[in-house]
Amino acid sequence: MKIKEIFESMEYGPAPESANAANEFLDKHKRKFQLYIDGKWTKPVESKYFDSISPSTEQQLAQIADATAKDVDKAVAAAKGALADWVALGAHKRARYLYAIARQIQKHSRLFAVLESMDNGKPIRETRDIDIPLVARHFYHHAGWAQLRDSDLKDYEEIGVVGQIIPWNFPLLMLAWKIAPAIAMGNTVVLKPAEFTSLTALLFAEICDQIGLPKGVVNIITGDAKAGSALVDHKDVKKIAFTGSTDVGKIIRRATAGSGKKLSLELGGKSPFIVFEDADLDSVVEGVVDAIWFNQGQVCCAGSRLLVEESVADKLYKKIRARMEKLRIGTSLDKGIDIGAIVAPVQLKTIEDLVAKGVEEGSTLWQPSWACPKDGYFYPPTMFTDVSPSSSIAQVEIFGPVLVAMTFRTHTEAVKLANNTIYGLAASIWTENINLALDIAPQVNAGTVWINCTNVFDAASGFGGYRESGYGREGGREGLIEYLKPKVGNSLSKKSFYPAPAASKNGKANKTALNGSIDRTAKMYYGGKQARPDGGYSSSVMSPAGQLIGEVSKGNRKDIRNAVEAAHAGKKWPSMTGHKKAQVLYYLAENLEARKSEFAARIKAMTNVSDKDANWEVEESIKRLFTYAAYADKYDGRVHHTTHMNVTLAMPEPIGVLAILCPDDFPLLGFISTVIPAITMGNRVVVVPSEKYPLSATDLYQVLETSDVPPGTINIVTGGKDELADVLSKHDDVEGIWYFGSAEGSKMVELNSAENMKRTWVNYGQFRDWGNEQYSAGEDLLRRASEIKNIWIPYGA
Amino acid sequence: MATKRLKKLIRTARSSVLQHQHKRNEGIPFDAECFQSININKSAVERRAATVGKRRSVKKQWQAAWLLRAISLIDLTTLSGDDTPSNVIRLCAKAKSPVRQDLLEKLEMQNHGLTVGAVCVYHNLIPTAVQSLEGSNIPIAAVSTGFPAGKIPLKEKLKQIELSVNAGAKEIDIVVSRDLVLQADWKALYKEVKACREACGDAHMKTILATGQIPTYSKVARASWVSMMAGSDFIKTSTGKESVNATIAVSLVMIRCIREYEELTGYKVGFKPAGGIRKAKDAINWLVLMKEELGDDWLKPDLFRFGASSLLGDIERQLEHFVTGRYSASFRHPMA
Repeated sequence: MKIKEIFESMEYGPAPESANAANEFLDKHKRKFQLYIDGKWTKPVESKYFDSISPSTEQQLAQIADATAKDVDKAVAAAKGALADWVALGAHKRARYLYAIARQIQKHSRLFAVLESMDNGKPIRETRDIDIPLVARHFYHHAGWAQLRDSDLKDYEEIGVVGQIIPWNFPLLMLAWKIAPAIAMGNTVVLKPAEFTSLTALLFAEICDQIGLPKGVVNIITGDAKAGSALVDHKDVKKIAFTGSTDVGKIIRRATAGSGKKLSLELGGKSPFIVFEDADLDSVVEGVVDAIWFNQGQVCCAGSRLLVEESVADKLYKKIRARMEKLRIGTSLDKGIDIGAIVAPVQLKTIEDLVAKGVEEGSTLWQPSWACPKDGYFYPPTMFTDVSPSSSIAQVEIFGPVLVAMTFRTHTEAVKLANNTIYGLAASIWTENINLALDIAPQVNAGTVWINCTNVFDAASGFGGYRESGYGREGGREGLIEYLKPKVGNSLSKKSFYPAPAASKNGKANKTALNGSIDRTAKMYYGGKQARPDGGYSSSVMSPAGQLIGEVSKGNRKDIRNAVEAAHAGKKWPSMTGHKKAQVLYYLAENLEARKSEFAARIKAMTNVSDKDANWEVEESIKRLFTYAAYADKYDGRVHHTTHMNVTLAMPEPIGVLAILCPDDFPLLGFISTVIPAITMGNRVVVVPSEKYPLSATDLYQVLETSDVPPGTINIVTGGKDELADVLSKHDDVEGIWYFGSAEGSKMVELNSAENMKRTWVNYGQFRDWGNEQYSAGEDLLRRASEIKNIWIPYGA
Repeated sequence: MATKRLKKLIRTARSSVLQHQHKRNEGIPFDAECFQSININKSAVERRAATVGKRRSVKKQWQAAWLLRAISLIDLTTLSGDDTPSNVIRLCAKAKSPVRQDLLEKLEMQNHGLTVGAVCVYHNLIPTAVQSLEGSNIPIAAVSTGFPAGKIPLKEKLKQIELSVNAGAKEIDIVVSRDLVLQADWKALYKEVKACREACGDAHMKTILATGQIPTYSKVARASWVSMMAGSDFIKTSTGKESVNATIAVSLVMIRCIREYEELTGYKVGFKPAGGIRKAKDAINWLVLMKEELGDDWLKPDLFRFGASSLLGDIERQLEHFVTGRYSASFRHPMA
């Protein structure tokens, strides 16, 4: 084209980024990549390879080794072999390696950016300006955490060999999110990149080599689901970190149930993008562009559901359409495009099918007038209006450049629409009213809330979901915990720690200890009062000597249903201030103290421990109440150091309605030690007390009633532990479950919890010394009882 | 004293009317509702401003062509206390022939009659400019209304405008009273700008907001609205004398107002960033901004100008680099 013509037309021309260096890298490997195991390029056992295709040109870039279970064995063995030395190296030396990786990535940033863009199809602008800088930032940040590991996190230790499976949408960034915290905390890793996008992980392996990272600390195995599942199933892998679809997340949860493997899952989303009428609408439009047309919409936290206040909806839609017309789509290495190619034909097909469904269901489709390039896997930016929450496109994660728009009338309705989803990954809130923004942010179920911005990331902030968007956080202090386990000292065992019963006296026991006293058989306790059990059955509580000492109601699934409903209705407790919660906990301690001898006598009657031990348990319970009363207004969040001019609030929030199956030993202390930290964080609980010694819990009904505990906060259903655990773990309106029972019961709970991604804490049949204050009380329990929500608040006037 | 010949020249200059493809902004009655509820989110604006240039890349012959276009959009400016006819004469010569002939030939643009958009001077130098620009179609822009501070009575401001228009300026760059902006006395501002516009007659009026002295973007937006309602042909960021001059972010705020004003009234208002624009790369960024946010109409001199003095020099060097593949030096290009 001649200059004078362009002078008149003022068109954009092609602006290709050179692929030369990336091609040299591919050629150096003869366009055929092996597995990176134990610091060596290793041929896959079965010598099979698959093609890596560039989505925007449909050209084959390289052949990639297709790992099988045998290769996974080798890689895990290498990681296991490297572990002891890596741990022994110490915090500072590990920090040096992480720092070296960060530097190396920065030095080769353009090569990474170009290779990523070719492999994934995303615009070079994004890899160059967003992905790769964030990768380097992640390693820098975690070099710091590696350094501080021994001083700041001394109550924790490394987990061991970690298996990591990452998606194709941010290949190198997801690798960084996985590998940096894992090795910083002293673990060794086996990472499997997504089949579509292995190349930057292989370049990363080369960098590990260049900086002399000890062999076996990082192993990269390429391949498909069979390699992934072999990694998940491997007995020497102690933790699985996965980012990908909710369906696969559930498969992994089920596959690892009962194994004791630690899990972090970062899954799908259908994140709301909420626009109030006082928002800066032109800025909202750019926010929408960043929310849904960033990375072709293939972003787990994409703001894919636009919720607009009715009064400004038409105005905003018009502005968005005008903006869409200006978006440029094209080959990924063009420096002047906004939208690149969809990763693969199979994903393109999914998008096309869902869009067709949206049209079929009556929503109004809008796409720009321009056409997509013919070669490559492209899909135009798309907006649907006239969408209702019941439309498929409003519910299903499309994972493509498709926005669905709905309107709301009131703030309450906005929150309801926002939360009308099984997901809870992120949300974006647009208003110029700080009061409104900070009112809505805590009400939205999402791990990340961006105010007047969207898709902003930083290594210092945790990222992860609520609900079926998975659990665990990546980034920030909260993300480190995923790669550590609390030190337990001698507080866990295969045998109970409960004090041995006092020597039994000779003489025949009476059949019953009731002896004509007025019967006070406890019912169920929920919604702040006692309720008759649905089934109408009771079971006997016997002393060790075989004497009947009382009866409790036998709870069934209907009782659980009622208790869960009562818990949800108990909205007062979570809204109380820390100070108010502390008052109630102190009051509980006060009232328990007043009835100390009665509780001790009951413990003795049920367990036949000595008077001293029985008294000790009550006193310890009172102490525990004091501990959590103290924490109630002190265990709080942080303000993370993230991007420039941004306050990032890391707020611990309650999980919601939490089920607790109490340990069988420690009749009173087991109840107090689990229930009280849970409610301290604002959860409402449905508790199944010790099946064997339930009377300490039922005796508490009156204490709860007299201590101003709001109705619905603590709900108690007595009965068979595993039977009720089954119902609770299958209840989709229960958000978390703690189970202290058998190994089989633990497995069942984890298995059942996969369906709605409950947060679980189970004991795998091990006993815990609930009397050990150091390991069985305090911040670690509060952490388990809460989830961190990061709220990003940019400022500047 | 003006000679007879000069008087004739001024007459001709006054009578020739600027050619525009759009209907001139006649302004609308003052209506605070149009701008009262404006809320600009600064951090979001700055995010967009930081990425708008990075989302587009203009390279090779496109870059050369865009830079040539940028030249046609420059208000080649000298606004210095020590201006004399001699440097203004040089400036005007450069305005008529902004790029070395041999380079234009290589670019196949020698027959295009490429000139800058206007020459911008203080009132006293208008006669020199009129003489120097004889035979060209380059308009003379004069800064007026007590430029740069604007701290003179309105009556004097109007008189200045009249004098400059009579002297042959076809474009008048006025400054708004910053006190009225800071005090949010929008009605008074409207009246003042409207009076200036009336005084301009057929001369086009560019209203300088001096955004570096306005504390918030929301206020910049309100001042933009009031200026457009009062009939400004252009809104302009800065005098070049404030400590903060034109930025992409503040430009974004102003041009979004231009877009909404057009939607409301159908009038296209022009935009002129001024001050601190020195690099060819900056010029490209602004052109990208205009193309993306407002469209190609705002890539023409009747709706877009750069207020700049040293920008042209950098563009010339870039053009020579495009032609020869060698990095150029400023002394290789005739100075203004």
